[in-house]
Amino acid sequence: MRIAVQPLLKVENLSIGFSQYFRGTQKRVIHPISNLNVDINEGEIVAVLGASGSGKSLLAHAILGILPTNAIYSGSMIYRGVELTKKRKEELRGREISFIPQSVNYLDPLMPVGKQVQIGLDKQSAQERQKMLFAHYGLKESDGKLYPHELSGGMLRRALFATSVREGVKLVIADEPTPGIHPKALKEILKQLRQFAKEGAGVMLITHDIMSAIEIANRVAVIKDGQTMEISAASAFSGTGEQLKTEYARRLWRALPQNDFECQELRWEA
Amino acid sequence: MALMGENLGVYYKKDQWIFKNINIKVSPGEVLGLSGYSGCGKTTLARILAGYILPQAGRVSVDTKHLIQKKFRPVQLIYQHPEKAINPLWKMENVLTETYTPSQDILDAFGIRDDWRKRWPIELSGGELQRFCIVRALNPNTRYIIADEMTTMLDAITQAKILHVFLDICQSRKIGVIVVSHEKSLLHRICDRVYKVGQLC
Repeated sequence: MRIAVQPLLKVENLSIGFSQYFRGTQKRVIHPISNLNVDINEGEIVAVLGASGSGKSLLAHAILGILPTNAIYSGSMIYRGVELTKKRKEELRGREISFIPQSVNYLDPLMPVGKQVQIGLDKQSAQERQKMLFAHYGLKESDGKLYPHELSGGMLRRALFATSVREGVKLVIADEPTPGIHPKALKEILKQLRQFAKEGAGVMLITHDIMSAIEIANRVAVIKDGQTMEISAASAFSGTGEQLKTEYARRLWRALPQNDFECQELRWEA
Repeated sequence: MALMGENLGVYYKKDQWIFKNINIKVSPGEVLGLSGYSGCGKTTLARILAGYILPQAGRVSVDTKHLIQKKFRPVQLIYQHPEKAINPLWKMENVLTETYTPSQDILDAFGIRDDWRKRWPIELSGGELQRFCIVRALNPNTRYIIADEMTTMLDAITQAKILHVFLDICQSRKIGVIVVSHEKSLLHRICDRVYKVGQLC
């Protein structure tokens, strides 16, 4: 294995807070993320798992520089050896850094989906390329003329995914690209993520879908309450989870329907 | 006694059928899985069975009767995105008590905390909102529930917890359940039978 001199992206001690008003005029800061660490090497797929509300999407938004304006963040994000400043994020996103957002609401409701996939592609070949991408993800050519509300959830997912496939992408941040799509389309998406990595890009796959994650990822980071619980090799998710380092990761693994579907205490966490 | 769809067919543009001749039946206390490719009409079928839209062909009956509009519907639908199924301008208290007042037992079973009831929808996570949606659907007059990708957006632990509690209650009240999902392992784990929508699309 090639030893990377430095990771493609290194996120260290990331904390994100939001200032919030309560009882009228009193201000307070809540910290959904504190001390989050994760790094990705070139050609590597790192999956980020964690409960809903654990701050996974915030991590993605922080890397892209699209956090809401009342967010305060600290810590460092080093991309290819240099700190990712606000200006650099703006220059890189949509070019070297590609993003697949979590919600299909990110599509423009007033533009046909085919057009949206053509954005940012070379003008000469954009239409051709978009048709190829659609065919690749099992969308019909006529679907390109439809508006988002005319497509099903799974079809929108695939269209949204097609917007991320660009030349020269070095880092892909995929925020839940797979819910609600059938196994065949899922396979295509996972294949494309693998292809990104094969071409030397780093891929961060944020997901609940543990089985997909361990199928393609090299390493898996488990996040809980905005902190990194553990980072393990994907192969540690097997058997009864005895190779996993933390109890939380083991519980996550065992709760899968194909394992024990277990949730030993039915107590809800506060 | 059953929720039945007979010869159902639907299109959005004339004569471009999404599906045709679908016969589907779920009995009280039964858990039926619904799978199929995305875009084949699973959600449309769910909305037809719940009486939200009328099919172009066929009919839906609940315990041999037609669905009556403008009355509490015995078939309740739970969506994939709870944030889209909750009025953002209502406090959670009002969302919860829209059609009945849930008992403390059922609130405890889903771990709904008292102070959440005073919050706005945006102040809760997706998993927390979904629990409100489920409790809201469990009106004493509910006979059937359609869970359309109800736990797809949730992590494995939350999914397991929610489904354990939900299916226990449905079992004890003999509520018939249709679970729409792409996840084979989940369908195999919780369903009595699985129905596949659309062979060709």
